[in-house]
This record gives sequence, C-alpha cells and structure tokens, in this order.
Amino acid sequence: MDRVLSDKKAIILMVLPALIIFVSVVFIPVIWTFVYSFYSGMPGLKFQFTGFSNYINMWSNEQTMDAIKMNWKYILIVTPGQIGLGLLVSLMMYFSIKKYKTLCRTIVFIPTVLPTVAVAQMFAKMYEMVPNYGLINSLLNLVGLDQWIQPFLGQPNTAFAALCAMDVWTAIGFYTVIIYGALVDIPNELLEAARIDGASGVKLFTKIVLPMIRTIMITCLVFSFTGTIKLYESATALTKGGPGFATTSMTMNMYQNAFLYDEYGYASTVAILILIQCLLVTFLINMLSREKY
Amino acid sequence: MEREASVKKAFSIIGKLLIVIFLFIEIYPIFWIFMSSLKSTQEFNLTASYALPAKLHFDNYVKAWYQGKMNIYFKNSAIVTIVSLFFIILFGTTSAFALTKMRWKLRDKVMKIFLSGIMIPTAVVLIPLYSMYKGANLLNTRLSLILTYIAFGLPLTVFLLRGYLTSLPDDMIEAAIIDGANIYQVFSRIVLPLMKTGIVTVAVIQFYFRWNDLIFSSTFISNTNMKTVQTGLLYFSDMYGNRDWGAIFACISISVLPTLIVYIFLNKMVIEGMTSGAIKG
Repeated sequence: MDRVLSDKKAIILMVLPALIIFVSVVFIPVIWTFVYSFYSGMPGLKFQFTGFSNYINMWSNEQTMDAIKMNWKYILIVTPGQIGLGLLVSLMMYFSIKKYKTLCRTIVFIPTVLPTVAVAQMFAKMYEMVPNYGLINSLLNLVGLDQWIQPFLGQPNTAFAALCAMDVWTAIGFYTVIIYGALVDIPNELLEAARIDGASGVKLFTKIVLPMIRTIMITCLVFSFTGTIKLYESATALTKGGPGFATTSMTMNMYQNAFLYDEYGYASTVAILILIQCLLVTFLINMLSREKY
Repeated sequence: MEREASVKKAFSIIGKLLIVIFLFIEIYPIFWIFMSSLKSTQEFNLTASYALPAKLHFDNYVKAWYQGKMNIYFKNSAIVTIVSLFFIILFGTTSAFALTKMRWKLRDKVMKIFLSGIMIPTAVVLIPLYSMYKGANLLNTRLSLILTYIAFGLPLTVFLLRGYLTSLPDDMIEAAIIDGANIYQVFSRIVLPLMKTGIVTVAVIQFYFRWNDLIFSSTFISNTNMKTVQTGLLYFSDMYGNRDWGAIFACISISVLPTLIVYIFLNKMVIEGMTSGAIKG
C-alpha cells in the first residue's frame, strides 16, 4: 500500500511540472520584486543599490501619496457598498420572495461573470456626454433633470464616484449570493422560536440573523478588501486613472512608475507596499473578528 | 393580529418591488449594450440612447469583427484560454492528487507554497515577469500569457480540488491498490472519474478569470496581432470609440457573449465555483 502511495517517481511526475511553473512565475518574482525595491532606476539604466531610500522617498512622492489616498477612499466606499447592498438584497430575497428564488439568484449573479473591460466600456458609454448623451444623461434629460447632465468621466469628483458606482454594481450580485447562502442555512426553528418570543424586525436581525451570518460577513469583508486594494483593471478601462490622477490607484501608480517612467526599483517598492497592506489588513480583520466573541 | 398580518404583507410587497427594481438595474445595461450594438450611426445622433433601434443593423458586427480585428483578438483569446485551461486542469488534478492522497515527506510544505499564491496581488509579480519574458524574448507571444495564466490558475485550482479529494474515501483507493492497480491506474481510472464535477467547476471559473484578464495581456502584449479580446477592445475604443458607437457596442457584445453563453448553460456550477473560491479561501 505505502509503496504504491509513496511512489517517488509518480510524485515527481505529478507535482514537479506544476511546482516549477508556479515557483518561477509567482514565487521567485515576489522575492525578486522585494530585492528590486532596494534599487533605483532599471536594469541596464542607472541601476543602483540605494538601501531603504525608496521606502523613505515614497512618503514625499506626491503621486504615490495621492494614489494611496485615492485607493483607500475607494476601499472605504466600495467595500461597504458591495457588502452592505449585498446584505440588503439577500435579506429582501430571503424574507419577501417565495417563488422564483433560484431565478433571482441566477439573474443577480450575471454582472459577476462579465469581463471587467467590457463592463467598464459599457459604463463609459453610459456616462458619456459628448458627442452623444449616454444612457444616464439621456435619462436625466427624459425626466427633466437637465441641470444634472454633465460629463461624468471628465470631472475628478464625478469620475471617482462613477468608478465606485460601477464597481459596486458589478459585485453586489456576488455578495448577495454568498450572504443569501448563509441566510438559507439558518435553522428555521431558530427564527420561529425568536418570533414566538416576540422578536421581530430590527431585533430579529441584530440578535438572531446577524450572529448567524457573522463568519460569512467577515469572509466577504476580506474578499472585498483584497479585491478593492488591487484596483487596476476597472479604473484603467473606465478612466485610465484620470482626469489628472483622480482615479489612479496604487497598482496604477506602480504601473506608471515601472512602464512609463522606467523606475523599476521605485515601482517595486510601491508593489511591496501594496502586498504589505494586503497582508496586514487581512490579518487584522481576522484577528479582530476572532477576539470579539 | 390582523393588522400585523397586513403590515407584513405590505413589507413583503415592498420587498418584492425593490427586488424587481434592483434586478432591472443589474440587467438593463447589458440589454442596452446588445440593443445599441444594432443601431446605425445616425440613430446615436438623432434619438435618445435608451430608444430601441429602428432597424437591426448587423453591419456593426461585421465592422467590429473585421475592421475592429475582433476576429484576430477572439482567436488569440480562445487559443490562450483553452491551452492554459488544459494545463491548469492537467497539472492541477495531478498535483492535487499527489498532495492529498499520496504519502511523502515534503507534502505539507509544497501544499503551503501553492496556497500562498492565493493571496499574492498581481502587482507584485508584474515587473520581474516583464523582465523575465523580455529577456527570454517571450514578449508579444501567446506563450508568455499561457505560462502566466497556468501559474496564477494553479493555487485556487489545487485548493478547490483538494476539497473534492478529501471528501473522497481512501477505502476505494486502497481497494484498487490491493487489486493490483498501480498509482497511475488509481489516478486515471478511479480518482479522475470521481472528480468530474470538481474539474468542470474549476475549468469554468478559470475560463472566466483567463478570458477576462486585462493586466497581464496589456503588459506583455503590444503587437496588435497578438492582442486578446479585452486588450483589443480597449485599443479599439481608444482609436474609434468616440466616432463609431455602433462598432464599439458590437465589440463589447462580442467580448461579453462567450461569458454569457457559458453562464446560461452552467450557471449553477459557475455560481458554486466562483463563490466557493471566496467562502473556502
């Protein structure tokens, strides 16, 4: 038995190809980026070991600081938006729909599977004002709110809001389905018992439902956070980071430093900063959620 | 009591109404895209953009497909996606099997290496990968994307397949070994058929991740003839997006269509697969 199950040749044959590709495409580059983050310039072009100076200079680099600020503002709006609305819709589905639950779930999930670029291009056309009104401006025109008609992607504030709205729209369905799955798993007797004891509405939600779906809500929080902190594709395809740098995320800042300014070293430092934030906040969420109860 | 029942009923109706409105908001833009892709250029100038097309203009698709080079992008995306899917499944199933059911010393360590990949943001590997592919003359090749997609597909694949494999009883494998089967036979004749659902689920979610990728394809590919659907769409929209709305809507529709078709047929599996990546991760 053991002889067959610990056949060395078979193990090597089965694991090694995957391991080689994974290690050389993911694992080594991470270490490589870490090493690069202590250099300035790019290989072959004034590439110099500069110690921690990238990590220090970063704090006075306005573009990077703006990107960090913008990215965190985005996280603080989009993550609660995605999860909060997901929770709201899943509660409505759970409590007010009897028939067609599966159909609802199937429809709600559709935006999740669409390519980010296609969704962004679709929204770009919805927000358009010149040469033709896009969907939103046409609808504003239809209901007589002409004073609200504006180039949504041409102004810093509205462009940022437009990006947030799009990324919330795309992900609500995903969180709705996950949270709905947790709601369905709550034993019916528990809800009935609480109702007989007189709990209803808000009380039923905070005392019974919320504690029961707590774990899944934390999972959603981590998932949404790790998604929003990596913001790149949707913003690139919607606004290219503009107007100005109004929608430039940390990853986009890294990208510009690397492939526009040829500063591989500095860009690597920004990349490491993203990784650190990602790991740190995930760790924090998991720790805090464990401590409370 | 009666009043309470009527309040409840009112709430239920409001809830239903809100859900219908919400579903409409989630679906209507997609409908709008397909509808707009069938409009003529004058219609965009003359009628409101929520209006239905007066006549169905399929020319936009012809334009998108040939002038917009969607035919080339589509082919590139299809090749890159299918080839990387094949290897993700091949390497993923074999290594998940060796990492869960076989017995060896470094097993848990290797598992940890794979699972660590789930948390890595793509930004962290982009510069070294670009340098690597540049050095190896792999920029602007499909191989650069295929290699990257395989590597980034593996962690989640191994993780999800491990879940399917652990629920598979060891007795069956042991019985087969007692009957004289070697390890390859155990894998191909017993384990593989039992993993069918898991494999299809993994394939479906990986299809979405690879088909929808932008960051890798836009970094490694600059040659127009090697672009994928997503990078091609962005490129086309930069070049002609403002002038030719019909064609850009047709391009968007073409990029969306495969993802919707897969979803229509396999929606249960898609939902289960995509959410399990979050729930179990």
